[in-house]
Amino acid sequence: MTERERTQVRVGPVAEFRDGDRRIIDVGGTQVGVFRVDGRFVAYENQCAHQGGPVCEGQYYPRMEAVFDDTGRSLGERANYDVPHLVCPWHSWEYDIHTGEMVGLRGLKLRAFQTEQKDGDVYVIV
Amino acid sequence: MSPKQRPDFYDRSSVPTGNLLANARKQALARGLYDFPIIDVDAHHREDTASWQGLIPYIEDDAIRMFAEDVTRRESAAGMMGLEIRWHSNSGRIVRPGVNGFADSLSDDGRDPLVRRTIWAMDEMAIDYTILFPTAMLFLGLHPQPQVEAGLARAYSKWLTREILPQDERIKTMLYLPFNDPQAALRIVEDFSDDPAVVGFMVTSVRYKPVHSNEFAPIYAALQERNMPLAFHAAYNWNDQSLSLLNKFISAHALGFTTSNMVHLTNMLMNGIPERFPRLKLLWVESGLAWLPFMMQRLDNEYLMRTAEAPALTKLPSDYMRDMWYSSQPMERSAKQSVMEATFDIMDAERTLLYSSDYPHWDFDAPSTIYDLPFLTEDAKRRILGGNALDLFGFKAESSATPPDDDATVTATEHGEPVAPPIGP
Repeated sequence: MTERERTQVRVGPVAEFRDGDRRIIDVGGTQVGVFRVDGRFVAYENQCAHQGGPVCEGQYYPRMEAVFDDTGRSLGERANYDVPHLVCPWHSWEYDIHTGEMVGLRGLKLRAFQTEQKDGDVYVIV
Repeated sequence: MSPKQRPDFYDRSSVPTGNLLANARKQALARGLYDFPIIDVDAHHREDTASWQGLIPYIEDDAIRMFAEDVTRRESAAGMMGLEIRWHSNSGRIVRPGVNGFADSLSDDGRDPLVRRTIWAMDEMAIDYTILFPTAMLFLGLHPQPQVEAGLARAYSKWLTREILPQDERIKTMLYLPFNDPQAALRIVEDFSDDPAVVGFMVTSVRYKPVHSNEFAPIYAALQERNMPLAFHAAYNWNDQSLSLLNKFISAHALGFTTSNMVHLTNMLMNGIPERFPRLKLLWVESGLAWLPFMMQRLDNEYLMRTAEAPALTKLPSDYMRDMWYSSQPMERSAKQSVMEATFDIMDAERTLLYSSDYPHWDFDAPSTIYDLPFLTEDAKRRILGGNALDLFGFKAESSATPPDDDATVTATEHGEPVAPPIGP
């Protein structure tokens, strides 16, 4: 089997991405969302692992955390805004934006693509 | 800059959004779904202010109409229905063009936006015919005034059949029956069953009158005589004494959408409604599929021990259940394939299962959810997606959905609309 040919596609200048910004590009019919989060770039196919919804067009939602005390009593829930999840706009499936993992079913992942930075631009390898 | 330092990080309006159903169209094209009829037996529209204002003149009772005018000015149509408690809103996380304040850019062809938006979604998903039902009215059966339920149901029937459905023959309906007023429900059957867009009638399952009561016999007889299906649409009532023990929407929704139909189905069976009305076609909507193996096993097991308590029955409860029909959504797909396969087998899904999308609601299913099931034959897929519904409802249908080309594709908006209140630190 020969290795599939990979294409390096320029997404745009790194400087145009604030933290959290994204751009969705079309590479030969495959839509790829490129995100800058916490200073690094990640890229995923714009297709949810659930029903194929446009996950890269979803908003971020903070990780919700249950708070218990040492005696097992519930003290409520809090939003951890330092851990943004990417949420598919079709059915609200949530993914860890850093890893592409479905947070309710670890091990199920969005199709990820490698990114590179070169001469002030960000590229995605498809 | 971390999320905490960027105020709009979590704001929906900062997210670029294209045609939100484009992926459904790609799925349909890749699977050849435009080549055969797909019937969606349960899709919805929302009673937004514009459509509600069109409906109000059809309300016959002066007091109900005056209140409807007033409440629509001040809030929304939902203010007239039963209580609907929400929690952990999906607003902003779930996005549908033209719904919940999220913009769309439908081109104006002179038809009602409700019609254009429905047909647009159908074309994107390769759905040829849709059976449309409202949203807030799912809770109307809880209204303490039977005359309000009856008055709104009748006005809705008139408005929908006179103003909306004539605009496109691909949109059909099963009309709401106000079961808290059996005589008013019967009048709706008698007055609207000849309308070509009315293919059956619907009872919303969140209500507290037992469906085996003799007062409903004339309705079942009328439907049987007309050979028109009666559907029961599940929902949840968080104020129900049992469900009020649950502290989360996920819990009330997961249980309520099954128990509401379980109760009515059990009453139907144990009181012999299928024996008394053997040609009455019963359809159970939006409880998913996982409840069916449970109900069949549970009711059969008890029936065999307490046969004397259900003397109207001449066969097992599960046998009657296989003579009924079921909508597919929300199809539970998280279990092992063998579990799903057993479910399809026990319910004889190739004959009894009807595809439904529930679009635009938050747990909608695209047609690919059926088509991608690996254990179904091509013929079974096509029967579930359309053939079974065509047989049940008795209308002829060609495959009429066409994939919109890119130029004609209606996009949502370049960027999402702000959702108020925005979430954020």
